[in-house]
Amino acid sequence: MFDRMSDGFNNVFRKLSGRAEISEANVREAMEEVETALLEADVHYDVAKKFCKDVVQDALGKEVTKSLKPGQEMIGIVNDRLIELLGGQPGEDGSEPKGIMKVAPGPTVVMMCGLQGSGKTTTCGKLAAHLKKQGRSVMLCAADLQRPAAVEQLGIVASQAHEKMPGNAPVSFYSEPDKCDEYGKAVGVAVKVCQNALKKAREQDVDVLILDTAGRLHVNDELMGELRQVNTAIQPHQIFLVVDAMTGQDAVESAKAFHSQLEIDGVILSKFDSDTRGGAALSVKSITGAPIRFIGTGETLGDMEVFAPDRIASRILGMGDMVSLVEKAQQEVSEEEAIRLQEKMAKGEMTMDDFLKQLKTLRRMGPMKQLLGMLPGVGQAMKNIEFDEKELDRVEAMIGSMTKDEREKPKIIDNSRKRRIAKGFGGDQSRVGQIVKQFGMVSQMSKQMANLGAGGKVSAVKQLAAGGGMEGMMPGLSGLPGMSARGSTKSGSGGKKKFKQRKKRR
Amino acid sequence: MALFKSVIGKLKSGLAKTRESFGGIVSLLSGRKLDEQLIEEIEARLIRADVGVSAARTLCTGIKDAYRKGDMTKGEDALEYLKREIKAMWPEEDRKLHTAESGPTVILVTGVNGAGKTTSIAKICKRFKDDNKQVLLGACDTFRAGAVRQLEIWSERLGVDIVKGHEGSDPAAVAYDACSAGLARGADVIILDTAGRLQTQAGLMDQLTKIRRVVEKQIPSAPHEVILVLDATAGQNALRQAEGFAEAAGVTSIFLAKLDGTARGGMVVAIREQTNLPVKLIGVGETPDDVEPFDPERFVEAMFEESANVG
Ligand SMILES: Nc1nc2c(ncn2[C@@H]2O[C@H](COP(=O)(O)OP(=O)(O)OP(=O)(O)O)[C@@H](O)[C@H]2O)c(=O)[nH]1
Ligand SMILES: [Mg+2]
Repeated sequence: MFDRMSDGFNNVFRKLSGRAEISEANVREAMEEVETALLEADVHYDVAKKFCKDVVQDALGKEVTKSLKPGQEMIGIVNDRLIELLGGQPGEDGSEPKGIMKVAPGPTVVMMCGLQGSGKTTTCGKLAAHLKKQGRSVMLCAADLQRPAAVEQLGIVASQAHEKMPGNAPVSFYSEPDKCDEYGKAVGVAVKVCQNALKKAREQDVDVLILDTAGRLHVNDELMGELRQVNTAIQPHQIFLVVDAMTGQDAVESAKAFHSQLEIDGVILSKFDSDTRGGAALSVKSITGAPIRFIGTGETLGDMEVFAPDRIASRILGMGDMVSLVEKAQQEVSEEEAIRLQEKMAKGEMTMDDFLKQLKTLRRMGPMKQLLGMLPGVGQAMKNIEFDEKELDRVEAMIGSMTKDEREKPKIIDNSRKRRIAKGFGGDQSRVGQIVKQFGMVSQMSKQMANLGAGGKVSAVKQLAAGGGMEGMMPGLSGLPGMSARGSTKSGSGGKKKFKQRKKRR
Repeated sequence: MALFKSVIGKLKSGLAKTRESFGGIVSLLSGRKLDEQLIEEIEARLIRADVGVSAARTLCTGIKDAYRKGDMTKGEDALEYLKREIKAMWPEEDRKLHTAESGPTVILVTGVNGAGKTTSIAKICKRFKDDNKQVLLGACDTFRAGAVRQLEIWSERLGVDIVKGHEGSDPAAVAYDACSAGLARGADVIILDTAGRLQTQAGLMDQLTKIRRVVEKQIPSAPHEVILVLDATAGQNALRQAEGFAEAAGVTSIFLAKLDGTARGGMVVAIREQTNLPVKLIGVGETPDDVEPFDPERFVEAMFEESANVG
């Protein structure tokens, strides 16, 4: 995500800060490179042009050329402009609260719409899970009568949200599957289903009713007409457009059309966990005026985040996103748990069990590469590093085949124990040795860190930052299980690429 | 191949439809004198059509050179040039689906989530059916909620056999069963639907490799065609999709779905350049009839038409 753009910006900052004196031409030239990077990242053509023009203007206006730290100044300017592009600082534009509004009497009605295949149905489930966590009851209504088995799909998603997701509120499901046959033959069938759902939701005192509508093209007058009908008949409180984050230049075309016909309240970007370069995220708000509200970051119903322009801007600039990281951590680990661990670490009493628990917690927070990418400076350094999550599976399995004694006192693990453990998880004896050794190093390090005290820790981090960011730590990080540098796999142009067996990574 | 005979009629009505959806056609290039500014506008247009910066610049360099030498003077010349260039990238034989010399033709269909795989299968299936071929569908998407049922509904509507496992079962096992059923029943064509996945999900990509291997084992010349379904609205990520799926599943061709919107699908040019994968079919709607063979000339024209809709 955003790697291409980050590269572009970082090149500029490096170039500008490496000089004693910079000229207007230097700035312009550098921003041309950024423009290319933005276009390659699918930022809309007009947006990319305007953004670069604005930045150049700001830079000249602020007399960056005379600054002692032109690189720093440029970072500031670009950061501000990026945040603006992404939707502004929270609350700055006087916009309504980011979440789903509450209305009395209920229910709050939310309508989802979007192109075919953009991820509406899954997003409905994620939104339901999000609300359930806040203790709000949800009803999902299957208003997609068009795509075969869409009703069934939403039904399954609803029961998953109800049964498996955390929170103290029910998620129910409303559908009229027999209406699918009528659909397309009679008018207003979908509208009727939505009306019935609303009635039911009122009766059952549901907090939020979410309407999952069929995917449609913004140029299809008939189907857009249907959405307008639902809009008039039900008057949803909030309308969200679901946009695939991998969309190219067309993202703004469709968003503009949906917005002009329905006045959407916001966009939800789906499939944000792909390796898209993320141009849609930068283009939608400035062209359509509709802000991005949430991003979908994975396939399970818990994988959705509130979209925060300032945080995304820092991710794009390779400055990491500690705020989101800390928030994710807070969701997974309770305060007491954190304190308990802190004490154990200070005494050097961390056990393999604690290690395993931490590893599992960390992995619940998201793919390792994504997490590490949120650390300042690491994103850049991580670019060519691949993270094999399977290796972490193996480590988990390995610790799983240790006895209780071994997990509490890893020091007792001798060669014969190593052999037994290796057998137990079906791996290599030397690998067991490595992990035990690494564990020793980690617990030593964490003991020192824990004993530094708050002030010490801050200055340690500051020192790190001053010494060229966290990149210096990378050699150490590369010792983490699962990490391996990626060879250059750039495909040659022209020649037909033959089917290759996927390389087995170890 | 006889398969496409029936396509011709459809093609005409389909084209009319595509044109319609582009609304009032205003061609950027017709009747204009070529100059540096227009060339820049052409480049912008190509980028807006998702051709990508580098492919757009390469194409425009040719125009620029010819213009500066005085060999090219009119907007139409530039259009002709682009048509020629892009047509040359797609020789006729690269626009037809491969079939088995004997025994069943196996087609494996792959792509990212929501690209249009299952619907495109219904379209491919319909074409073969219209050509009196016996088709069997394999529902190897055992992951996404309701996916098996979705394909099953299509099989019922189209009147073809389907082999399915239950949700959560091993997709490779379903592929295996589909192939054996196809062999036993003497099917002409076996089309396998797979779950949508992102090319970054190593485990799921490995699973595709496994499905492919299972198919190969059963029918040695298979799969005869491994189709990557691309969503025409996709941007430059489509190139990564092509690379990722080619590596894991040995993709042989592209089905470009959802060309009935305002997206132009230009990324297939960059994909052709970098991976040599050809586009063979395009999707222009949601019914099984909404499919056309890829036409490079028409494709170029569409990039320079104004879309009238967006308000
Ligand atoms: N307008 C239009 N819609 C299409 C086209 N092809 C597919 N769709 C629609 O796109 C949506 C997704 O299509 P599917 O066939 O379910 O996509 P898929 O790739 O199988 O999706 P998953 O199995 O969930 O990954 C459906 O609503 C289809 O009707 C097309 O050519 N044009
Ligand atoms: Mg499918």
